[in-house]
Order: sequence, then structure tokens, then C-alpha cells
Amino acid sequence: MTRRRSLLWWIVAVACALLIAWWWFGRADVVSDQAAVSDATLRDPALIAKGAYLTTIADCAGCHTAQGAKPFAGGSAVATPFGDIPAPNITPDVETGLGSWNFNAFWQALHTGTGRHGEWLYPAFSYTSYTKVTNDDALAIFAYLRSLPAVHRPAMPLALKFPYSVRRNLGAWRALYFREGVYQPDSKRSPQWNRGAYLVQGLGHCNECHAPRDALGGTPKDKHLTGGEIPEQNWYAPDLSTQQNGGLHGWAAQDIVDLLKTGQSAKGAAFGPMADVVATSTQHMTDDDLHAIANYLQSLPPRKMASAEPELFDADAIAQQGEKIYLQHCADCHGKDGTGVTGVYPPLKGNSSVTEPTGVNAIRTVLLGGFAPSTAAYPRPYSMPPYAQQLNDSDVSAVVSYIRRGWSNHATAVKPEDVSRYRQTPID
Amino acid sequence: MLFVLAALSGMSSSAADTPSIPDTLPQRIAACTTCHGVHGEGTPGSGFFPRLAGKPAAYLARQMQDFQNGLRKYAPMEYTMRQLSPAYMREIADYFAAQQVPYARSPAPVVSEAVLQRGALLVTQGDASRGVPACMSCHGKELTGVEPSTPGLVGLPYDYLSSQLGSWRTHTRGTVAPDCMATIAKRLDPSDITAVASWLAHHDVPPDTHAQPAGSVTPSMRCGVLGATGEGA
Repeated sequence: MTRRRSLLWWIVAVACALLIAWWWFGRADVVSDQAAVSDATLRDPALIAKGAYLTTIADCAGCHTAQGAKPFAGGSAVATPFGDIPAPNITPDVETGLGSWNFNAFWQALHTGTGRHGEWLYPAFSYTSYTKVTNDDALAIFAYLRSLPAVHRPAMPLALKFPYSVRRNLGAWRALYFREGVYQPDSKRSPQWNRGAYLVQGLGHCNECHAPRDALGGTPKDKHLTGGEIPEQNWYAPDLSTQQNGGLHGWAAQDIVDLLKTGQSAKGAAFGPMADVVATSTQHMTDDDLHAIANYLQSLPPRKMASAEPELFDADAIAQQGEKIYLQHCADCHGKDGTGVTGVYPPLKGNSSVTEPTGVNAIRTVLLGGFAPSTAAYPRPYSMPPYAQQLNDSDVSAVVSYIRRGWSNHATAVKPEDVSRYRQTPID
Repeated sequence: MLFVLAALSGMSSSAADTPSIPDTLPQRIAACTTCHGVHGEGTPGSGFFPRLAGKPAAYLARQMQDFQNGLRKYAPMEYTMRQLSPAYMREIADYFAAQQVPYARSPAPVVSEAVLQRGALLVTQGDASRGVPACMSCHGKELTGVEPSTPGLVGLPYDYLSSQLGSWRTHTRGTVAPDCMATIAKRLDPSDITAVASWLAHHDVPPDTHAQPAGSVTPSMRCGVLGATGEGA
């Protein structure tokens, strides 16, 4: 009884806190009264060039471009479990883009997640990360975006379900998950480490995919960069720690640099959404920035060992069936011992995309096959055949279970039902 | 003796755990050849995956680009093409365009003589009352295509042909404007799709399957693809 009562009090207390937060954060913010930035400043070629690089690192085009359409002109949407959120036009078109925005309004959006009319923006726009971007960098990005040719293209309509369609509800969400503030360097760490942390946490917004999202779509602070399912896309973005039990356990700095620069590394290849990120963003980073990112990721702490889930079916029998399929279809490229061929075919042994908690990456890669991205450093990648036509759900589950449990891998087996589910997943 | 040793060492390395991978384009493009065949001969037994061998290179490169840009909608192809560079796509297109392999016949549906006759009429003469030009007027006298951008229509499976004509009507296959095939497909009566696809699937492959030379045909419509080469947007 007392336990139930204390639970009730706890619920009331949280509700009150959320209400206060809703009222407090819900006041319309006044656009900060910074000194206006002159047009001459925004036309400075050096500033625009700097902005072009930063915009590439931030991969703004990744969301703000519809398939096959003009870059940065929006017209695309970010799919979330709560509905589709349009990515608007950020070219300088007056009517549909940033043409009538000043820098203060841009800064307000990036730094505080607030629109031009004081309205809260939906966090599909990753201001949870971009708030860490410095004012100087934001100015350069704004100058670059203003230098683009204007494209007239209205955004898609907001397609959120009730109650998520009520913007004021974002007050509670912001109180739970959003901490406004530019990245503060850690003076005990090297400049290289700080640069890496700034890129990973801020511009690169890595945490927006590489962390689990809870029922409200937030990423709890203690789970940052520990890996998570990407909502609606059905891919798993692995944990980024290189230490014990980390998703990148055993990755050297050079492996991280290689993957981001070429799409390939001795430890694994980029595919799915990460292939897009490498192709449009990270391959264009300077070596200094890539090494900074690697340096920072290598400092992420070891992770707890995942508790083994009891398996309610005979996983070993499934994996035995899988071995036959593996030897027939996979071993020619990935090797009997699962070590792959460096620079050609990724290893499966110790590969975080094979052993990630859900199995979705291995299942979908077997079904879809595909190429690693073409990059400047690796323009003619090898590819994997799609097996969706050749293998049925039971065969795919068997071979995926085999590679998840083979060699030194200790991940859970997957079931035919899991395969069936991901056969239906749309590509985007 | 040296030769024998070399052969033996080759054998022992292929039997080892680490595979030796040939540095060839066909090896690189296993994702393509699984469905389309090592020489782009198609998989006639499947009744769907089209032949790529010998089709004009600019046509093939254009299709890859159209999948990448979402003008042609077919999820597995859109996914596979997603992050390939224009240069790599062109290299792959050149490879399949240069392949010379025999045609295999795909399963063709059993349809009435009247349907085949309607198909023959559309292919050879078109239907002036609907503003539909003859297939032959653009795809060549032997329907083997025209360099550089018009594909051949012979030796393709019925399911593939009919689904392409359908997808132009439903906006799941498109290309650069003016998209004349979309215009033609929309002018067809739905029963015409069955007729023309059946006739083409039944039609014998001519002895010379090479595409006609560039400039040998004056198309009756202005087509965006014929002003383009498959490179750039």
C-alpha cells in the first residue's frame, strides 16, 4: 500500500515538474538581440568557403534534399514514429527558403530550436546536437547557405499525429532532453580530442542515430553514442565505443578514419544510411578532423556486458542449418573463418553490424546486398548480391544466426518471423 | 615444372580460409549479376529481370541514374544504385553494353490471335487515332534499339515489358522531360499493353541483334532522353 502511495506521489511530482517546465519554457522567446550581421560579411568568400566545409560536415543536404532534387531545396521528410516531419528548403529563396531570414533567426533555430516566430521546432531538426555549434561556425554556415542559388520549392505539410501535432507539448520534451549551450572545451584534454568531441557531439550530430530513443523519441544523456535502432528506417546504428564490449571494440584510430574517408576499413564497411553519410559528408572531411573524431571516439568508456537473453527456441539447430548456407553462398567472399578480405569484403567475425543487439543489419544486408559507397578514395567498390530472391525466411534466419554465433561472435539467433518483417521494410 | 608449382600454389591459396578475389569488374558488380546474369543475359526463367547485354551504354547509364534519382521506382534497384558515382555507373553500363551473348526465350503468355494481331499493328504501324507511333519508328526496324539511348525490345520477358508500360502510366517509371514513353503509355488502352507486350515476348530475335547506328532514325516525338547522353543530370 505504502509502495503504491509513494509511486502515486512520484507520478504527481513528475507531472507537476513537467507542467512547470511547460509553462516556463513555453513562453515565446524573443529573438536574441545580437548586433545585425552586415551583407558584406555574408558575402565574404573566405567565410563562405569555411561555411561550405562546415555544411558538408553537418550533412545538412542529407535531410534537406529530396531524392534526385536540387540540394538544400527541401521537399523531403524525416519519418518518425510520431509522423512525418518535413525538411524545409534552406536555399535563399524568399518565399520558400531562407531568403528573408537574418542571421539572428538562423542562430536562434540552430542554437535554441526556435523558429522565426518564436515557435518551437520539432527535434527531427537535430538542434539537440546543433546547440553545441559555435556562433562563428553558425555564421559561416549561414553565409554559405545564403550564397547558394535560390530554388523555389515549398516544404511538404507537417504530417504528425495528435497530440504530437501540438507544438506547445514540446515544452515537456525540451525539459527532459534538451540542454541549450555551445560546446565547452575540456581543458584537461588535448585540442585534438576537443575538436573530435565538438564534431561528434555538435556538427556531426552522430548521437541522433547512434543512441537509443525512448518512448518519447528522446535520447537519455547516459545512453549517448551507445547505439540504437534508427526509427522507421529499420537499421541499427552501433555503439561507438572502441573499448571492452563497445560496438567498435578493437577498432584502431586508423580503422575509424578509413571507414569515414573511404567507406571501407579492415573492421567493416559502411552500408545503409551510413553509406549515405560517408558519401555526402565524412569522405570530404580533412584528415585532421577525421583523426580528431577517431581520437575522441577512442576515449569513450568501456560498456557493460549485455545480459544474455534466454532463447526460447533451438538456436544451435538453426545455426547448424545456417553453416551449410554460409559455405554455399558466403564463404567465397567472407572466408570460412569470417575474416573477409581486407579492403574488398568486410569481416563478419567481430563486426558490430553483425553482432548488434537486434540482428536487423545482418538480416537486411543479406536480403538487399548492395555496394559500399563510391568515394574519392575508393571509387569502384565491390558489392554483395541480394539474396531476397534466392533464400527464404528460414534460410536467411539460419545463415544470419550462424554468423551472429560463429567464430568469436556471441549474439542472439534470429527467427524467420524477423526476416519476414524486414522483407517488407521500405528502402528509405 | 615452374608452371605446375604455380598452379599448385594457386590451388592451395584458393583452398585456404582467406579467399583470393579477382580484381575484375564482374567480381565487383556481383550485386548486379546475381539477377541480370554475369554477362547481362537476364534471367529468362524468372520472367522478370531484364537483359542488359548489348543495350546501348547511354541508355543503361541513364536508367541507373533514373533509379538513383527516384524517377524509376523499384526499391531494390534504387537501393543498389544509391551511392554509386556517375563514372562507376558509366563503367558498369559500358561493360553490359559490350557483352555479346545469345538470347534465351522467356515464357510468353498464351493469348488469342486477335490480341497478337493488335500487338503486331501497334509495333509496326502504331495507332494514329490515339496518337501512338509504331514501336519500330523509334526502336529500330528490327526492334534491336538505336544508339546511343534507345533500347532494344526483343528478347524481353512479358512481365517486364507489361510492367514497364504500366509503370509509365502510374508515374513509377519516368525520365528527363519530355518523357515521350510516358506520353505514349498513357495514350494506350490498358488492353493494348497486354497486346504489345505479348507480341514482343513472342517475337523471334533477329539474326543481327546490334542496335542501329546513331542518327539512323528520326523519332516522331521530341524525347528528353534522345537529347541526353546519360551523363550529368
